[in-house]
Parts: sequence; C-alpha cells; structure tokens
Amino acid sequence: MSSVVRSKSIRCAVVSAAAVTLFTGACGTGGDRGGDAGPPRSGGTLRFSVASDAGCVDPQQVGSSDTLYSLRETVDSLTDQDPATGRPVPWLAQSWEVSPDAKSFTFRLRSDVTFSDGTPLNAQVVKANFDAIPKLGALAILSKGYVTGYVGTEVIDEHTAKVTFEQPNAQFLQATSTAALGLISTADAAKTPQQRCSDGVIGSGPFVLSKYVPNQSITITKRVGYGWGSPLWSKQGEAYLDSIEFTVIPESGVRAGSVQSGQLDVATGLGRADEAGLKASGISLLTRSHPGAVFNLGLNNSRPILRDAQVRKAIQAAVDRRQVVEAVFASGTVPATGILSHTTPGYTDLSADLALDVARSKSLLDAAGWQVGSDGIRRKDGTRLSLTVVWFNNSQNTRAALELVQQQLKVVGVELQLQELQVTQFPALLGSGDFDGLWGGDLSRADPDCLRTLYSTQQVNAYRLPPSELDGLLTAQAAEADPVKRAPLVEQAQQLVVRNAYVIPVVELETVLAAAPTVHGLTFESSSRTRLHDTWRS
Amino acid sequence: MGRYVLRRLAQAVGVLWAAYTVSFFVLEFLPGDPVSAMAGGGLTSSPVDPAELAALRAQYGFDKPIVVQYFDYLGRALVGDFGDSVATGRSVTGTIAAALPPTLQLTAAALVLAVLFGGGLAVSATYTSRRWLRQVLLSVPPLAISIPSFWAGLMLVQLLSFRIRLFPAFGNAGLAGLVLPAVTLAIPTGALIAQVLAKSLLATLDAPFVQTARAKGAGRIRVHLRHALRSASLPALTIVGLLVGQLVASAVVIETVFSRNGLGRVMAGAVSVQDIPLVQGVVVFGAFVFVVVNLIVDLIYPVLDPRIVVARPRSYA
Repeated sequence: MSSVVRSKSIRCAVVSAAAVTLFTGACGTGGDRGGDAGPPRSGGTLRFSVASDAGCVDPQQVGSSDTLYSLRETVDSLTDQDPATGRPVPWLAQSWEVSPDAKSFTFRLRSDVTFSDGTPLNAQVVKANFDAIPKLGALAILSKGYVTGYVGTEVIDEHTAKVTFEQPNAQFLQATSTAALGLISTADAAKTPQQRCSDGVIGSGPFVLSKYVPNQSITITKRVGYGWGSPLWSKQGEAYLDSIEFTVIPESGVRAGSVQSGQLDVATGLGRADEAGLKASGISLLTRSHPGAVFNLGLNNSRPILRDAQVRKAIQAAVDRRQVVEAVFASGTVPATGILSHTTPGYTDLSADLALDVARSKSLLDAAGWQVGSDGIRRKDGTRLSLTVVWFNNSQNTRAALELVQQQLKVVGVELQLQELQVTQFPALLGSGDFDGLWGGDLSRADPDCLRTLYSTQQVNAYRLPPSELDGLLTAQAAEADPVKRAPLVEQAQQLVVRNAYVIPVVELETVLAAAPTVHGLTFESSSRTRLHDTWRS
Repeated sequence: MGRYVLRRLAQAVGVLWAAYTVSFFVLEFLPGDPVSAMAGGGLTSSPVDPAELAALRAQYGFDKPIVVQYFDYLGRALVGDFGDSVATGRSVTGTIAAALPPTLQLTAAALVLAVLFGGGLAVSATYTSRRWLRQVLLSVPPLAISIPSFWAGLMLVQLLSFRIRLFPAFGNAGLAGLVLPAVTLAIPTGALIAQVLAKSLLATLDAPFVQTARAKGAGRIRVHLRHALRSASLPALTIVGLLVGQLVASAVVIETVFSRNGLGRVMAGAVSVQDIPLVQGVVVFGAFVFVVVNLIVDLIYPVLDPRIVVARPRSYA
C-alpha cells in the first residue's frame, strides 16, 4: 500500500472495515458524532435517496447499485463476505465445503430461517433458486455470470445442498455472498422473470419490500422476528429501523440539498460540486472504493499503433492520476494503484508501475520511433500518434476526466480524440472493435475473478488482448479453491495486465454518500454498498 | 360545419399516423440495438450467449424485416396494444397509464397558472395608461421565455425548499409537491401566452369596432374585457393548443429536476435504452393528446368568430 498516495482514506477504510461499524463522520472532516447520540435506538423511518430506478425489483436480475441498496436488505445470502479481509463467513449457510477441483460446493443451511411468506429455508429452496437463475432473461447480468457452467443442485438432505459446475468455478463462493445470489422463496423462483421484476420477490432478509412506485420510490419495512443475521452485523436479531424509503432523485444537487435541509437522511452518488454545501452544513461524506477493476482507459491492443507495448507503456507513464482525482472526482476518491482497487480481495499494489514519469514516457516513444512533429504530436512513417477514445455519458465525471487525460498525453506528443457514444451502442462497439481507446472498463466485484471476465481471451476480450501466459494464470486462479494458493496466481495476473499496459488504470470507482448527523451505524459491505440492518436514527 | 369537423378529424388521424411512423423509423435507424443493449447494459461483464440474444430478438419481433415489424406494430397499435417494454417487461399501456396521472396534474396545474399569469400580465399591460408601467410589464415575457426551465427549477428549489423550506424539493406528494414544478413549467408557457395576447390586444384596441363601442359610451373595463379580449384571444388560444405539446415535452426536464414520476421520466428512460415499444407508446399517446387539444381549439374558433368556418377554413390549421 502506498503511504504517500492516500494514507488517510486507506486508514479510514481499514479502520472502519475492521471495526465493522462505521459511525457517520468517522472518515469525514467532522468529528465522530456517534458518541454523543447515546445508545442505539429502535424505530423510525430512514429517508434514503438514490439517483435512478432500474425498473425491476428482483435482486437476482438487477445490476444497478441504486436499486440494490434497497433490495439487498430484503434477501439473505448463503454466505457473507468480510469487507476487511475478503473472507467468506456463514450467513444462511452455517458451513460449506468446496471440492478440491472447485467444481462443487456443499452448503449446510441453518434450520431456523423462514421467508417472509412463512415458508422455511431448506435445500429444496436453494435448488429452486439456482435452477432458475440460468433461465432468467438477459437482464440478469450479474447472477447469470456467477453461475456460468451450472450443472445442477443436489438435495443431500433437508438442510444440505450441493451445487455443481461443469468447470472449476472458484469465484462462486464469493458470489454466494452477493445480493445477486440472495435467496428468494420457491414460489417466486418459479415465476417468469418479468413477473419477478414487476411484482418483486419474497426473501428472508431483515426488511420486506412493501411498496414500489417505478421512477419514484422503493419502500422496505422491518421483518418482525428476524433472527438469522450475518455475524458481521453488530446487532443480532431484528433491524433497528421500522422502515426505509428509497426515493429516486435524479439531480445530485437536489439529493445533496435535501440532506442539508433535513428532507432526507442519506444521499448517494454525490459529486465534488455538492461537497462544499454539505460540509458547510456539518454533513460529512462517507466513501469506500468499489472492489474490482478500476476506471481505466482501455486500449484496443489489436490496433497497429497500440500493438507496440512501448507506446502503451508510454501512455501509462504520462497519465497523472493524482491530478485527475483532485480535479474531477469527489474527495475521498483515490488514484488507481493497480488494475484492482485496494478494497478487492487479492489486490496487489502496483503503484510503482503507475507512477507519473513524463521523461520515461517521452524516451519510450523516442525509442519506438515516434518523432515529435511541428504541431507537437508525434509521427512515424507519416502516421500521426493520434488515438480515438470512445466514452459513454452514463457517468457524470467521464468527460472532465478524459479531457484532463487528453491534456496530459498531449505533453508527451500523443493526441486523443474524444468521441461520445450512446450506451446502447456499447455492445455493437465491442463487436466491431472500432475504437483505439475506451473509457470505463470498471467492473465492481469483490473477487479477483473479475480479471478473467475482463482480460481472458476466452471471454469477451473487449480490448483485443493477444493470447498469452495471462490466459493460463486467469484459468488457473479460477480453478484454485485454496485461497493461499490462489493469491500468487492473482498477483501475477495483475502484474501482467499493468506491466504490459493492456489498459491504463486511472482512478478507483467510489461510493460517495452523505448522511445526516442523526444517522448512525451506517456501514459498507464488501461490495461497497450500504448495510442498513445496524443503522439507527437519533 | 359538418365538413369542417370531418376535415379536422381526418387531419388528426393523419398527425397520429405520421407521429407513429416517424418515431418508428427514427428509432429503427438509431445506432445501437435495444436487445444487446439490455443484455450488455454498458457493462463489460460476462459474455452474452448469442442464441439467447436471438431468442430475445424473436420474442420482441426484432428479427423480422423492418417493414413487417412496422405493419405488425401498427396493426396492434390500432387496437391499443403497444406490446411490452423491452427494459422492464411491463405492458406499455400499463406503464403509460401509471405515469399519466402525475403528468396530467402537473401540466393541468401549469396550464392554469400560465393562463392566469400570461392573461393577467397581458391584460394589465394593455389596460394601464402609464407608459413606463406598460413597458416594464411588456418586457417580462421575453425575459421569462429566455430562462431555461432546468435552471429556474433548481433556483426555486434552492430558495423555496432548501432555504425557506416552504415546499418539498422532490416527489409527487400532494398539492405542496405540485407547486414548484407547476410554477417552473408555467413560467415560459405563461410568458408566451402573455406575449401573444398583449400584441393582439394592442392591435384590437385600435380596431374600428372597439372605437365604435367606445363611441357608444361603453365603459373602459367593459370594452377591454368584453369586446377586445374576446376578439384578441384567438391567437392566444392557438398558442395554448400548441403549448400542450410543449408542456408534455417540458415535463421531461421538470419531472427530472423535481424527481416526479410521470410520462416525461418514462420517456427519458425509454429513449436512453432504446426501448422501442415504450417510446412508440409514449409518442403516439403524446400526439393523441396534442391532436385532441388542437381539435378542441379548432372547434372553439367558430364559436368565438363565426367567420372562420365560412370564409377562411385553412388559415388557422
């Protein structure tokens, strides 16, 4: 971990994760107000705002964080993942075994769990859930990806279920801790994906979905008698809050202003522009980097110019990540120090490889035969060193970040031409490969297997990587059930991606939320989404 | 009169068909593809099975030739069936029906405010005999029209919700939640009405029949409101008809700023993911409302001015 780069936020993340409970303000500029609030109190409604509505209230189908903030609370998972260590801990499953070939996973379930329709949790429910997931529509991007190669689930006894895959699938254990694989009742698992989307599903979670108005709000209410929470939660039994109302507010200024004026308790998705007002009102921001692959400038490695590793490395050395973070992103955001964010289990610090070094960048380009032309842009055999970078306006900071990178690269003689596209054009763009660079490439996942999803040539391979030893490493780590043996494989894979500069890591994607001083015990789970069971209002 | 009504009805049907057709082909020729967009959603995640994409395409009929798709959709649309939203799986008619009441509330309230504000402004500007006051009042509409609704909305929220805490900043809750969005929406609309009405009032006040009325000894207020306003409101009425379309379009912005559910939000969301059935449904519905309102306006003309049907059937189309 680099001590210079972001000592404060790292300390924050580590301390808060270790303490599990993160009191509002603990990592902001303000003091810890948790101490003044007295002992935790039950009751009340938390007013929580999100930016968007996915149009679907089935946690197994939705991929958007904005909707998962609420739906996460309505379903429990087989396992939970410790945000501090990345280790799986029991939840609905008391224990589990992974076969040495990482193809089958046997879960022993708690026997005291019921869904909110009164039906009990048993091995049959687990089977019904996993049998249904591969049949979900293409909307279920997250959950379906987690069970690729699913063979079947065997009901061994009332409370033991064995899930089997065609090929080694080490990531599956972490996947069972996500909301996307949260368990729903057998009756709902049998419904059509559309029905589940519009009517919602019955889970066994600490809250129950009570009202959904598309584009407007999702309301969840406390499950009375809940008593099978994750051991990572500080409170056992029922949640503190009676209900939580998630209001959809597209304008980030309105979200922030509503927290300041007391119309809301929590606002998510805040940007740098909202910070001054919030701080002036004594409200501090809570942040945690998303685990998984960081925001990056993905390069099309099949393009003639970019096939040359020296050019890619020169681009890598010319990007001043710190400047991008400070100028564009919310405070608390940290520059990338590797291809994975520092909150990802198995993360390797490669900040030395990502240091800004303009002189090195220039000499790499010189060595590759690119000479500076009269307009400051380099040329080689009549070709200008000009790259078209595509971006999608679905994230508020993208344009500003890219324009800054554009200026930074111009210093070493590389021209970036920015091209904005609609999100709907993304699949077609991947198919055609008609880009030099592609901004984004982030993938939130608290498991290093996201590297295989992004960079294995057997997968989508959006960046047109050539087959290499990286493929072997990515396949091997997916087959390694033992975390100790898996770690070095994952580390080498990260090194290969960064040292070959297949993509240029820039900044870690951050959850930024503001909470009123009356909100306490708001914590982040391993995927950097909120955990609201322990949350209470004073 | 019968032929006049029939001609207007035929025009209305033509407008609906044109709206449907144009939106269908525009969406069809946009770059991108709704099915792979819903499966990819802007994520570089797991690869999507091509067979599954093909099945989805078939399910929504996107695999057929475009002309066949067009007539398929058109045939079903004629009986009011716009299919299911690609993004949510809900029926298009159901989605529109659910989003309609809040938008109707908003646009109706805005229209009433706009007529009161615009009408009041125009009447008082033309009624006053103080030259400076008239100048001041007449300069309000151009100013109000040039304020972007987005900005006006955010300013109103900042002032009346965050600072003074008079009204909620977001949501569809009751009358209090309607005030700020309706006022925001009424500003440019009312300004347009004021602009047009003031101009035509000024012209009418100089017309011979008004002079005659005055000469016969009618009171100033009576002349202004009974004689001049009635005659001068024709152009303003035309504008109101057109504004209904604009109000629905502005609802996209207003509903976003004030976080209200409604047709505008549905439309914005549907366009961003190229949800063809849903966009089609909203476009046709919007055109329907527009056509009906203008039909009503057309039918009111002869009541206000009987010469229209007889002498100049086409000039107000």
